[in-house]
Parts: sequence; structure tokens; C-alpha cells
Amino acid sequence: MSAPAIPAPAPAAPAPPPVETLTVKVNGKTLQVPKTHPDWQGKPQPTTMLQAARCGGVDIPHYCYHDKLPIAGNCRMCLVEFGTLMMDPATRKPILNEDGTPKISKSVLPYEPGTPRGAISCATPISPGMEIYADSPATKQMRESVLESLLINHPLDCTICDQAGECKLQEYSVEHGQAGSHFVEAKVHKPKAVDLGPRIVLDDERCILCTRCIRFTKDIAGDDALGIVNRGSYNTISAFQTGKFDNNYTLNTVDLCPVGALTSKDFRFKMRVWFLKETKSLCTGCGTGCNITVGSREGIIHRYEPRENDAVNGPWMCDTGRLNYKWIGRPDRLTEVRVNGQKVTWATAVKDIGSRLIRASSGSVALIASARQTTEELFLLKSLATRLGAVTDSVPREGEADHLLVNADRNPNTNGTRLTGIAFTEAGMQLPLIAAGIEAGTIRTLIVFGEDVTKHGIGPELLAKLEMLVVSDILPNATTAVATHLLPGASHAEKRGTFISVKGRLQKLTKAVESPGDARAEWEFLHELVHDVTGRNGFTSIEGLFNLMARETPAFAGLEWANIGDKGVDVKI
Amino acid sequence: MSTKVVARAPLTFYERTYLPTILSGLKVTAKHFTDTVFRGKTVTMEYPEERWVVPEGYRGAPYLVKDQEGAIKCVSCQLCEFVCPPKAIRITPPGADGAPADRTNAEKMPKEFEINMLRCIFCGMCQEVCPEEAIFLQKDYSLTGESRAEMIFDKAKLLKLGGTHGGVQKWKHKLEGAKAQEVFPV
Amino acid sequence: MEFLQYLSPSTQFVLFSALKIFAVFGVVMTAVAYAVLVERKVSAWIQNRVGPNRTAPFFINYLPVIGPFLVRLGIFQPMADGLKFLLKEDFTPNYVRKVYFWIAPAITVIPALMTVAVIPFGSTLGTEKMVIADLNVGILYTFGIVSLGVYGIVLAGYGSNSKYPFLGSIRSSAQMISYEIPMGMSVIPIFLVAGSLNLGDIIRYQAEHGWMILKQPVAFVIFLIAAFAETNRLPFDLPESESELVGGYHTEYSSMKLALFFLGEYANMIASSAMMVTLFCGGWTLPFVTALSTPSSSILIGLLHIGVFFAKMALFMILFIWVRWMLPRFRYDQLMDIGWRRFIPAALINIVVTALVVAFLHD
Repeated sequence: MSAPAIPAPAPAAPAPPPVETLTVKVNGKTLQVPKTHPDWQGKPQPTTMLQAARCGGVDIPHYCYHDKLPIAGNCRMCLVEFGTLMMDPATRKPILNEDGTPKISKSVLPYEPGTPRGAISCATPISPGMEIYADSPATKQMRESVLESLLINHPLDCTICDQAGECKLQEYSVEHGQAGSHFVEAKVHKPKAVDLGPRIVLDDERCILCTRCIRFTKDIAGDDALGIVNRGSYNTISAFQTGKFDNNYTLNTVDLCPVGALTSKDFRFKMRVWFLKETKSLCTGCGTGCNITVGSREGIIHRYEPRENDAVNGPWMCDTGRLNYKWIGRPDRLTEVRVNGQKVTWATAVKDIGSRLIRASSGSVALIASARQTTEELFLLKSLATRLGAVTDSVPREGEADHLLVNADRNPNTNGTRLTGIAFTEAGMQLPLIAAGIEAGTIRTLIVFGEDVTKHGIGPELLAKLEMLVVSDILPNATTAVATHLLPGASHAEKRGTFISVKGRLQKLTKAVESPGDARAEWEFLHELVHDVTGRNGFTSIEGLFNLMARETPAFAGLEWANIGDKGVDVKI
Repeated sequence: MSTKVVARAPLTFYERTYLPTILSGLKVTAKHFTDTVFRGKTVTMEYPEERWVVPEGYRGAPYLVKDQEGAIKCVSCQLCEFVCPPKAIRITPPGADGAPADRTNAEKMPKEFEINMLRCIFCGMCQEVCPEEAIFLQKDYSLTGESRAEMIFDKAKLLKLGGTHGGVQKWKHKLEGAKAQEVFPV
Repeated sequence: MEFLQYLSPSTQFVLFSALKIFAVFGVVMTAVAYAVLVERKVSAWIQNRVGPNRTAPFFINYLPVIGPFLVRLGIFQPMADGLKFLLKEDFTPNYVRKVYFWIAPAITVIPALMTVAVIPFGSTLGTEKMVIADLNVGILYTFGIVSLGVYGIVLAGYGSNSKYPFLGSIRSSAQMISYEIPMGMSVIPIFLVAGSLNLGDIIRYQAEHGWMILKQPVAFVIFLIAAFAETNRLPFDLPESESELVGGYHTEYSSMKLALFFLGEYANMIASSAMMVTLFCGGWTLPFVTALSTPSSSILIGLLHIGVFFAKMALFMILFIWVRWMLPRFRYDQLMDIGWRRFIPAALINIVVTALVVAFLHD
């Protein structure tokens, strides 16, 4: 066999214990499926028909079921026809047909034995020898009927619905629904555009009452805020207990909502989802390193969405991180390379900095990097600092942690500063020393990347004493205002690179949008600068740069860019 | 063998003098000449003064229309922008804090709606895809301008040129239905 | 006018010749311009169209009735066309052979205009003969000059350094050389009959003995068809056949240089028409009217003679235009076949027969 070259597997973990399996048939195909599957809390539970079908590559449509939520079984969308082994009551052995195959008794209504009876596949465990008919005419008919009832009171206002394009109701109507409806009665009108919370809008008419949002808020977010009020056709979702739906995870209900009932106020009427280019990236709000998908169109970022990664964030992310994208498109972004206030080209600026740094005496240079920068950039800065004999440090950023995702360390790459050697022990220890060095006149050149040092003990009066102040940042601040060499950088959505989370997960960023004006990814010009100063020719691609770093940094031993994957790898911290 | 060779009929001496060809040519040209000069039968149209009767179903320039009550019908669903093969349509959605829609229940309408008539190929896909019957290919076939910028028609211009198109007022019916059920039985 | 008589005869000759040259040149140029208009109008009418009917100077609005009528006839179109040709960018493509490319249009126009010199376009006006050069070998001069016209076309095709002009000019040279032979042979019987090579004498002969078209119909037909071929008009427009060769020899030309080719083509048509009027249709004379068939005694009659000549010429021009829409283009081998295998023998036989008849009748 001419199989493509597969990278050598990671050092083999101890072989997992053999999985107990059951034999079932899905659409006539015999499968061995594990006896148990993890539930929303990760505890093993008997495998359900839906999970068994999924093992066989058959997706059974569902609304209320979600891998990471408790099972409710109320939408009835996953109804399937099935059959079980016919048992001899006396011997407890399967009854066989004449040709030796076991006899199957199809599920039927107990009081009407000729009529097939479905079971909700999301909550019915499998039994040995079970047969699941996910495509049978009876199953199809059940799906059609369920969809028809779900749509009885649906307003069919897809044209003004933000969910359109990623709506399960639309998708299943196309795949499994029927064109017409038997219902001629007037539709029940429910409240529209209800202000459910500061970030959420609720449209009750569109709601199919799957209770995913209720279960998430109660069981995952731990804030029992939502519930269903009123009866029958007038069921509505409501923040009935506290009257407000305002925890830090509310926007996850928008992702969970299979229809357009819960929509984000931030994304409301902003862009149709089918225009969005989806780029895999990372949230930089804290040290957790949640995986996200950046939705952008023509260089404008419209939203972040969590990207499922069970090793880091599961399918969730916090509201603060999700809404933390607007600064990227701010009109006051730094877009010009400036030397002593004059606009110059990149080549001029980098050459100028390089020639000055070469002449600087050892110990007269200090370097303050940011733990918001990619590991590759920190590595380049460190090699620059090593050549110059410079003091290096980064700035700590602490906040309050919560029970779910938010970490106390608000820097996305603190471990990157540690592993590259920018801040070996604790970030911020060297800052007073640098301030003292400037005061004393021993440090005459300061290189600052991505931080406003005036807020961290090195005030403007100290900065004024410097001969050269190289600053690279994204947005203007008090430090960029006094820089002799100002280099506009790129935000994390505009470049590639890696971050290392507080738990030591090394993960990739992907470029979603272009940088404005002359702004450039830091690693690109740093690579040139390092070449000018140290004479070392690095790599012009991020892949090469990462592989070089991995070879030279013990913590990354054996890693290659190509092997990181979309969900990252663990490194020793 | 599917080809059959047919012998060319030999020409008579009279035909070989070219005279019959010349005479028939003269006959045809003379007929048309007299038709034009003495009977005034021409096949051409004196364009700017004489106008062509645009047939039903003609696909001219696409314009936005308003409903019977003068409200903008477009709800900014952006399906036309999506379907437009030459990417001539560009819609700026209202965003969360946009102006309220003319029709209460429709919730939104476009902040800006531009059609680049230089890119438009008059295929009619926007009209076909529009779920709100808000855009129609109308009978304008002579689109001229002095600059490229002038040929990008904005919302105001498109609505002015588009005029009114009645049809089912579904959002109004929804609103009326909702009002009828105002007494909310709990 | 008294002072004229005190000038020497040679000075008078130069003065009057110059005057006639300018007058004829102006008239031919105007005729060319309006021939284009007539061509466009007649073509339009034959095709059930209207033709040019828009161009008008601003003051035409002040003329009641007549103004709009003139505009509909397209009277002002030639001026606009001429202006357009003058104002267009004179573009010389890269890789052309510049000298030939520039000289070719001039070589096409000059012989066409020079032919007109020997045509007697009227009897006399006062004491002046209405011909620029009253040569005894007028017809030989014409043939000599006309055969130069082909060089312009060949040079245009060669100088353009491009495949379509090249093919056009190759065809043109073969075609024009082929048809000069029957054309030249077809007029020999005329001189046999008239007994002179001077065109004025031929007209005088026709006034007395009846038109040559009746006496020499074979010669007329050969001359007429050869004239079509010589002027590159349909059905013999192979050198510039649009459907095959884009524009033929003038594909690469633009602006005034292109206009010169058109000028040459129409001037050739005018010259051919004038030759046919002179040789076969009695020139400025009209039969059955004594005043019109003898040299004029007054200025008025003299002018009338010129008018008759131009009217006859215009009829031939319309024939040229009309035939364009009557017949499709000949195939190249047919063209050559007619020229070499039909017309040359026919012309030869015609010469022999005429010579025999003239010889026997005179005795």
C-alpha cells in the first residue's frame, strides 16, 4: 500500500484498556460500538441509539440533544424506528429464523400492534443485537410530522433572522421536512425582540422549546436564570427567577440555540453568516487560550465563536472574550512606521535600529516584551536580547478567575515568556531594575513590544532620558507617543504564530484579516532586525521559524509546526 | 458511407453569362430601394425620438420598490448580494442600533443598498431570490453616466427609480394577527 | 479682363491651366466627399435604412423647411466625416516599415487625381478649352498613370508588415495588372473607329456619328467590368474584402492616412466614370440637340456642357454604388478566369473585327 507518509506518532501513551463493545445494526450495517459513552460531565453512561448511529457514520437529526448538556429528550426530532432481538421467554435465548439469523421484533405501539412506534434515539440505550432504522419510511414520516408540529407557530421570518444560514430548523426542513403544512389555523403570536439580558435578544415565536439554553445556564454556567413560563402554545422562555440574564456565559446560549430564538445583540443585523470567512484562531483574553473561530468579511471582523476543543474549553467561551475583538478594527490603529516622528519605510527603520543596536555597548539595552505576543516573536526578541546582553522582562496582568473558563492570568502567553526566557521566573521582577538603570543612565536604549510601560513604573520623565526608544504596538498609548522608533504591529487576528496557555497547551493562530496600512506582523520585521544585529539568518516563514525555535528550546523538543494541528499539543512547563 | 455525392447541375450558356444573377440582383435592390425612397418603409428606428416598446418580462435595470404605503420593502436579508453573479450588489446591514424598519414587524431595513450598474448583468437572479418582492428588474435599458461613481446607484436613487409595487403585505398581516391576540391567555 | 490680352500666350496658358487645376481639384475633392455620402445614402436605401440624417451645423435651425430637409439628406455629413478624419489620432503601429507605410497613401491618391487632367469635362468656356491638358495621346497617358496606382496598394501591404494587408496587396497587384490588359485592349477599337487618340476628337466624333456605346458595346462591357476591377469595387473588392482580410491593405492605417486611401478609391471611381463618359457616352454632348452637341458659343452653353458631363458621370457613380449591393464578391479564381480567359480573347476578337470592318468600309 502506498499510504502517504504519516508523521511518527507521539510517544505512545500506556495502552488504554480494551473497550467493551456491543453489536448493533444501523441501517442494515453491523457495527461494534462501545458499551458506554461519556455524558456531559464525562461520566460513562450506556451508549444511546443516536451515539451508536453516529459510530456508524449516520447522523440522526436532533434539536434538544447536545453532547455537553444533560439529556432532556423533549424535541422528538431524533425519533427512529428500531427493532430488538426476539427472546424465548423460557430459555432467555434469541429466537432464530429458519436461516439461522435471529428474529427481530420491531418496535410497535403496545395497544395497536400493527403501527410502528419510534423511540427518541438520544435517550434510548442500545441493547445487544438491536437494529436501528434511521432511514426507514416510518422514521422519515416521524421526522416529517415532528418538523410540521415544530413549525405550527413558527413565524417563518428567515429574511430578518440572524440565525438564517446556520439554523437547524432550516437545514432539517430541507433535508427531512415537507413543503406544505396541514395547519390552517392562525399562528399563535408571541413576544418578539424581547430584551432577555444585556447581550441577548429573544424571539419567542421562533423558539422550539428545546431547553438547551435553560440546561446550559443551570448546569454549566451555574446560574439558574432561565426557565419556561406559561402553558401549551403560549410557552415562552423567560429569565423568570432573577429577571435578568447576565452571567459571563450568556452568549453560549446563542450558539446552542438551534433556531433563531436567542440572538446576540452584538451581532444583531450586522452581517449574514454565509458571508463570513471562518478562520481558526485563539482567544487572547486570558491564559486559558480558548479555541475560537473568527468570522470576518473583507477584512472586517464581525464575531468570534468558540471552537470545540475538549482539551481546553470544550464548546464554550466567556462573553468577555467573545466580545473582545472590536479594538482590532479601531480607526486609530497605528499604521505608520515612524522614526523621530517622521514617516519612513520599513526597510529604513529596521536598518536604522539595527545599526544603532550593533553599536550599543553591552548592558546598555533593556527589552520589555509582552506576554500577549506569540512565542515566535518572544523567541526572536530573546535572541536579540542575548546578543545585546540586554535585561528582559514582560508585564504581568492579573484578574479574577471564575469556575469555568476565565483564568486569573489575563496574559495569553505567560508561559511563552517563561519558556523563551524573556521572563524566567515571575513577570515584572526586572521592571524596577530597568527603571533604576534608566534613572542611573546605564540603560540608554529601551525596546518595548506591545506594552505601555508608563503604567508599569517607567514614566515619561524616565523615557525622556533614553537615547533610543524602540516601540512596537498596535494601538496608540503614552509610550508610543514618545517613541523614537515606532513600529506598527499586527493583532493576533492578522498574523500566524503560537500561544502557550497556562496549562501548557501550545496552540496555533491563523491569519484572518489583513493588517491596516503599513502595520506588519512583528515576527516578520523582527526576523530582519535579528538578522541585521546578530548576523543569524532565521527563517522567512513562520513554519521555519517555529521549527528553529523548537530545536533550540528544550521545552519544545520534538515539535514541528506541521504536527501542532488545529487543537494544539501539550508542552512541558 | 453516409455521404452522397450529388452532381452539380451544369449551367446553361445564359446562366454562364452572369446575366440572370445580375438581373435578379437588380430586381432585389430596386425593390428595396423603391420601398425605402417612395413608400417610406424602413426597418430602422430613429432612436432618441422614437422609442422601442419594451416587452413584458424584459430584464432591464434592477431597482428597489416600496409597498402601497410607501414603506421600504427590503429587509436587508442580503440574499441578492449573495446570489448576484457579478457581485454588483452591496448592502450595508443596519446593525443592532440601526434605524427602525418602515414596517414595524419587519424589524430591519438596509442602511445602504448599492447596485453597481456597470457590473450588473441584468440576469434577474436578485429578483428571483428576493423573498420580500423588494427588488425588480424594470424596463430601463439605457443607463448612462459621466463617471463610474455616478453609475453606482445608492438606496435613495434605487427607491426613487423603482416606484411602488403592491403585493402581499405579510409583515402588516403578522402585526394585525399579533394585535388580534393582544389579550395574552396565561 | 482686359489685362489678360497683354500677357504673353505662355503666361496666359500657365495662368488658365493653374486656374483649371485648382477648380478641377476642388470639384473632384468635393465630389469624392459627396460620393461617400451618396454611397452611404444609396446603400441605406437599398437596405431599408435611413442613412446619415443627423449631422447639422447649429445655424441650420434658423432655416425653415429647407434646413431640416437638408439635414435629413445628410448634406453636412461629409464635412463632419472630413473633420473626424483630420482630428483622429494618426497612429503608426510598431514594426511597420515606416517609409513605405507613410508614402503608400500618397502614391495611391496622386495617380487617381492626375488621371483627371486629360478629361475634357466641357467644350469651351469663352476661349478656354475645358480640359487641363489637351494631349494627343490622352488615353495612353491615362493608362500610364492608372497603372501607377497599384504601387500605393502594394507598398501599403508591404509596409504594414502584417499578414492581412500583405495578402490584400498581393491580390490587388495581380488583379490590377490582370485587368489593365483587357481594359487597354477594349479601347483600341474606339480609336480605330474615331481615328484619333485625343479625347476631344473622340467626343467630336461621337457628336457627329453617334455614341460609341452603340458602336462598340463589347468594348464598353469589357471596359466597364475592368473598371470595377481596377477600382477595387464590389464584386471585385478582393484586396480589401472585410470578411476575409479585416480591411485588406489598409488594415493598419488610421486617421488622415486611411482617409487618403478612401480618397484615392473614390477619385479612381470618378476618373473611371469620366473616362467611360468620354469614351462611350459622348462626353459633354447630348444627341438630338444641336446647341448641346457642338462646341459652345456662349458662357451659358459652356456651363451647360459641363453640367451634362457631370450628370452623366454621376449616373456612372450611382452604377458603381448600386452594383455593390447587386452582386456578391467573386472568387479569386473566377476573377482571374474572367480576366484572362474571357475578356482578353473577346477584346482581341473585337479589335480584329473592328479593324476589318473599318478597313472594308473606308475602301
